[in-house]
Amino acid sequence: MRSWSTRSPAPGASPEPRGGGLGGGRLRLLQARARLALRSFRSGMAVFLESRLGLLSLLTIGVFALMAVAHPILMGTVWDADTYDPVTGYAFDATEQPAPPSWKHPLGTDPLGRDVLSQLLSSTRSEFALGITAALVTVTIATTVGAVSAYYGGLVDSFFMRFADLVIALPSISLLIVLSALFDLSLFYLALVIGVLGGFGGTAIVLKSQALSIKVKPFIEAARMAGGGQFQIIFVHIVPNLLPLSLLYMMFTVTSAIFAEAVLSFLGLLDIRMSWGIMIHTANAGGYLLSGTKYWWLVFPAGASITLLCSAFYLAGRALDEVVNPRLSRRDG
Amino acid sequence: MAEAGGRDSAGGGRAAPILRVEGLALRYLTRQGDVRALEDVSFALARGESLGLVGESGCGKTSLANCLMRLLPDNARLTGGEVLLDGEDVLLLSEDEIRSVRWRRISLVFQAAMNSLDPVYRVGQQVLEAIEAHGVETTATGGRERVARLFRLVGLDAGVFERYPHELSGGMRQRAVIAMALACDPDIVIADEPTTALDVIVQDRILRELKRIQEELGISIIYITHDMAVVAEVTDRVGVMYAGRLVELGETASVFGSPLHPYTEALMSSFPSVTGAKRPLASLAGEPPDLADPPPGCAFHPRCAHATALCREQRPPRVGLGDQWAECWHPLAADAVPLGGD
Amino acid sequence: MQGDGETVRTPDQPLVDVDGLVKLFPIAGNVFRKPSGFVHAVDGVSFRIERGESLGLVGESGCGKTTVGKLLVKLLEPTSGSIAFRFTDAGGADIPGGRVDPSTLKGRQLRDFRRQVQLIFQDPYESMNPRRTIYDTIAEPVSVQGIGSALDRVDRVAEILSLVGLTPPSAFLFRYPHELSGGQRQRVAIARALILEPSLVVADEPTSMLDVSSRTGIMSLMQELASGLGVAYLYITHDLAVARYMCDRIAVMYMGKIVEMAETEELLRNPLHPYTRALLSAVPVPDPGHHRPPPAISGEVTAPVDPPARCRFYDRCPLATRSCETSPHPPVEEKARGHVVACYEA
Repeated sequence: MRSWSTRSPAPGASPEPRGGGLGGGRLRLLQARARLALRSFRSGMAVFLESRLGLLSLLTIGVFALMAVAHPILMGTVWDADTYDPVTGYAFDATEQPAPPSWKHPLGTDPLGRDVLSQLLSSTRSEFALGITAALVTVTIATTVGAVSAYYGGLVDSFFMRFADLVIALPSISLLIVLSALFDLSLFYLALVIGVLGGFGGTAIVLKSQALSIKVKPFIEAARMAGGGQFQIIFVHIVPNLLPLSLLYMMFTVTSAIFAEAVLSFLGLLDIRMSWGIMIHTANAGGYLLSGTKYWWLVFPAGASITLLCSAFYLAGRALDEVVNPRLSRRDG
Repeated sequence: MAEAGGRDSAGGGRAAPILRVEGLALRYLTRQGDVRALEDVSFALARGESLGLVGESGCGKTSLANCLMRLLPDNARLTGGEVLLDGEDVLLLSEDEIRSVRWRRISLVFQAAMNSLDPVYRVGQQVLEAIEAHGVETTATGGRERVARLFRLVGLDAGVFERYPHELSGGMRQRAVIAMALACDPDIVIADEPTTALDVIVQDRILRELKRIQEELGISIIYITHDMAVVAEVTDRVGVMYAGRLVELGETASVFGSPLHPYTEALMSSFPSVTGAKRPLASLAGEPPDLADPPPGCAFHPRCAHATALCREQRPPRVGLGDQWAECWHPLAADAVPLGGD
Repeated sequence: MQGDGETVRTPDQPLVDVDGLVKLFPIAGNVFRKPSGFVHAVDGVSFRIERGESLGLVGESGCGKTTVGKLLVKLLEPTSGSIAFRFTDAGGADIPGGRVDPSTLKGRQLRDFRRQVQLIFQDPYESMNPRRTIYDTIAEPVSVQGIGSALDRVDRVAEILSLVGLTPPSAFLFRYPHELSGGQRQRVAIARALILEPSLVVADEPTSMLDVSSRTGIMSLMQELASGLGVAYLYITHDLAVARYMCDRIAVMYMGKIVEMAETEELLRNPLHPYTRALLSAVPVPDPGHHRPPPAISGEVTAPVDPPARCRFYDRCPLATRSCETSPHPPVEEKARGHVVACYEA
């Protein structure tokens, strides 16, 4: 064995005693990693919040999150299910349906006598679930597909990229309409379909081009020199470097998922109990959509929520872009 | 270039400085705090002289070049000093006025030749544009003739006019960039690492070419480089920069012969040579200081073998030996004398 | 060192024996078309490296020196020619599976090979994954090779960090590459290359992107470690002055060919090939009093795309004769002891 592995003192160096300070165990290793993660999260957050858009979008998303949490609490305390259930409730106190906003029903009731605020709040939860599920599916698929096709190139790459072209070429809304007409699409399956379409489509292409630029970096060769196999290189070196960009596209996927849900629900094609799209659909079915601003509470709260939450996620993505692609750092003076 | 030759004879000897920099200070405002990129930098440049500025990356040499050209990023703040070009303070000029100085009086040969040429335009066209933009030649034929003369001057074939940057070798691109810097007959050319990316044989040619052009046109050149060997070969005087300060300045021969500042000596003795006996290379421990939080006293003291308590606490005085001076409490030549408040 | 007194080695069993190595890169062409030509990046290169020896590979950019390095560590596959490694234990005795031809290796064997041959990259900024800590970076070879437990690795990495002069190790273990200076990063790169205790390290311009003051530190560190650990280097550089300090022997490459090879001081004092002479006389000298004549060489380097059969240096050579034009590229001949040159006129 050579000098350092036999623990003879190295020339001009004094190794720290074994077990002292560093050899403290797996826990210390984990602690160190947790500290690092926290630190990079903090500095990323600082950049994110420095842009007004980031702060604004975060606040908006926060408000919606509060709304989502508020619904079950209200239902459990002040709202009785008979009156306030978003789907089966009926406002017996109102003389006509839809009733305009009142103290008991701050956003009025819909043509079927259901409380609009309750509908709005209960939908928020499903919108989040939908958006986040779709985004996770998209990003998981797109990151893997991007990294794999960049790493292997050749036939694998051609296959995935042509498939991506196909997915992009398909008009996704029409495809969703067909799918939902054929099958009863629940929220979860809708999220899955949107996620898969996004994951194999444009996002995969973007992430692949990013993965290509990572693949040619010397540190990939360094990983090969270490003896790393395909798995090590793809999932330890390429994928983590894709994650910031993936996160960005996650935000955009949330936006498009919520939007797609709204369109499909509006067309009455989804097997969903309640959502913002369904609220607008109900107003439309009763013929209230075209009656100008007289029945504004039937359309405006849901419409504004869709717009706000979509743009909040979109803007969060833009602000995240600042974190992911910081302006070139100066090296020389 | 006839007018350039005339200027040379009228300019007189080394004695009349064309450029004086006095107490120049520059900061960059960053997230991490104010970076003191330049502190109290003073030197003079004579007509026809070549001055080398050496130092490691981050020592402020490129910032200094950008100050002289007034090409500073938005977060840069000049906090003191003056840059006198023929007695006129360049730092006080308006944006409009500086444009008549930039390129026409002082021009810059950039570090990365590929990046300073636009890949989508023909090389000749780019030089022509530089000429026309500064109103040196107004007629089309006059401009073209000037480009042809410039190309001949830097040793480029006339055919290069019609070529694109990517069709040229590294050396040819660097020549084209030099032609561009000379396009408006400047008095001073700042060459920022002009040969760093080039192979030795090409570097040798470019440096010889620059030297010849300098003698032919009588211009002054400021070489900014990290390469002590290049400095030794092409400059008349040399300034050594460390942590945003000029720590030593003097005739190249005397600085190399007997450096006053320990940093200068460290730089020189860490430079390998292919000639002469193989002497051991000295290495300099530690890292250059963080300019957002420079050490008190002499900025070099944490890495200096001669450092004492005095160095750690008080800014070193300027000490001189003939034309050569350094900022150091313990200059390496015993006969160096303090220079009274320069 | 060659001919080092103590250990008796049979001269025909070097650590690595490279014979007639060729690497051609096809130009353009696609799936449907044949390539329009080949860049002869490495064109019949032969050399040997003894155990613990440092061989310098010197030449200008594009001469093929980096390609030779990558072929040696099997980041590229040769078009033809052979590379034969002979790994031994510290005493010089054969070890099982010690005779290796990298071109045949796969899987487990390739991983074993990686323990013996490592690479130090030129760019300390790009050769480390920016999202992994110094610990992860240095420990990667051991963890991929499955050596030791996670806890042993922390100790081992800490130990090698202090060995490469990054002390105290705890101040570096859990930092990211971008928080370190260029010199410090290159020390990390050296640690990563040495943690597997390789027999050969290919160092591809390890100091060319560093500042003057950190460069010397890296150079002496590499020398100390080489003598301490018995590592052999293939030291790739464009800088003859650096090669003088780092190498026992120097091979000069021009357009994919080794044109001259000799022990370092012999090569610098007595260069025989006109290209070596030109290269040597173009190196600036850090002495203002020294007058250096211009190098005797014309023209510029061209890419070796399907070069004519004659001497590669013919177009730029000050000594070229009529017979040089019609003869094939000159064979490598031994002109003095251990001093080989590929030139008819030298």
